[in-house]
Amino acid sequence: MSEKYIARSTGVAARMLDGEMIVMNVADSSLYTLNEQATAIWQAADGVTPLREIVGRVICREFEVDPETAYRDAERMVADLAAHGVLLVSEAPIG
Amino acid sequence: MSPDSLSLEIGGKAIRLVTTDPDFRAALLARYRAFERPSARPALELSIRLRDYPASRPDEDVRVTSQDGRWVITRGDFRSVWYPESGQGTVEQTANLYAIDTVLRIIHTLFLVREGGFLLHASSAVRNHRAFVFSGLSGAGKTTISRLAPPDVHLLTDEISYIRRDTRGYAACGTPFFGELGVAGENVSAPVAALYFLAKGAENRIDPIPPAEAARLLLRNILFFAGEAELVHSLFQAACDFLQAVPARRLSFLPDERVWELIR
Repeated sequence: MSEKYIARSTGVAARMLDGEMIVMNVADSSLYTLNEQATAIWQAADGVTPLREIVGRVICREFEVDPETAYRDAERMVADLAAHGVLLVSEAPIG
Repeated sequence: MSPDSLSLEIGGKAIRLVTTDPDFRAALLARYRAFERPSARPALELSIRLRDYPASRPDEDVRVTSQDGRWVITRGDFRSVWYPESGQGTVEQTANLYAIDTVLRIIHTLFLVREGGFLLHASSAVRNHRAFVFSGLSGAGKTTISRLAPPDVHLLTDEISYIRRDTRGYAACGTPFFGELGVAGENVSAPVAALYFLAKGAENRIDPIPPAEAARLLLRNILFFAGEAELVHSLFQAACDFLQAVPARRLSFLPDERVWELIR
């Protein structure tokens, strides 16, 4: 199974406001509010840590979810954010 | 200062307008009288040349682009080019005050974004030395709440609020940019005490708004036309900074003056 690497897109601006992560795609000014798990993934998206490791280290530990369920949810979340230009996804380390 | 020019100071930033057309200068003076500051040192001087635009369409979308160290602002009835470095620029336009008004608004948005401020679709007013900002798109009640203001309230604008960041926080400044009220704001400023997003309601009440929703509403109502990523990024941060410093609430109101009992 190939690894997935994720990085924050350079074309977005993000800010935590009262515990909620707000992300704007600068190209079209569309705004997204990330839930807690998406925020944790967003913050850990350094381009070099595999998604599976992020899920194991951050999501499973902080949110007490089993690894397979957490990884499936994370994959969906990542695909969604990538589709909106918020995250970059690659099978090789990014940057 | 040349007799062909006049300096308009809005939000502490002066722009000198130069025109050789005496009728147009008189119209400018009448329109912007409360904001004329002959002694102000201008950040920008704009030479206005009146001309016809045969297919003039003021309802056309404004285009704002930056290239080779200059800003170009165009619409169906004007074209403005200005150089931030030299503080010089030109406006070619029809003899229509709406055109220069639009140019001024856009230039101020570009000034402000560099300093953490912005222009906002909002009415605003000063009461007890504090400014209150009432934001909403057309039909939200910006002019209505302005009309309902009691005599101790100083109106800053019923349409476009000028939010400036300063050493103490944020100040709202009067603007000559008016909406249906048809009257320029007073040329005064005060620290912003609260931002209200207007909603029509069955009663007058103030409710909290989650931060993400406040950010969404605020960003939707900020005037900004340039697409440069760096500036859009700055604007986003400016909006978030503002929301961290100023309480944002929803103000539902009936169209009667009792709503001002909540605004103190």
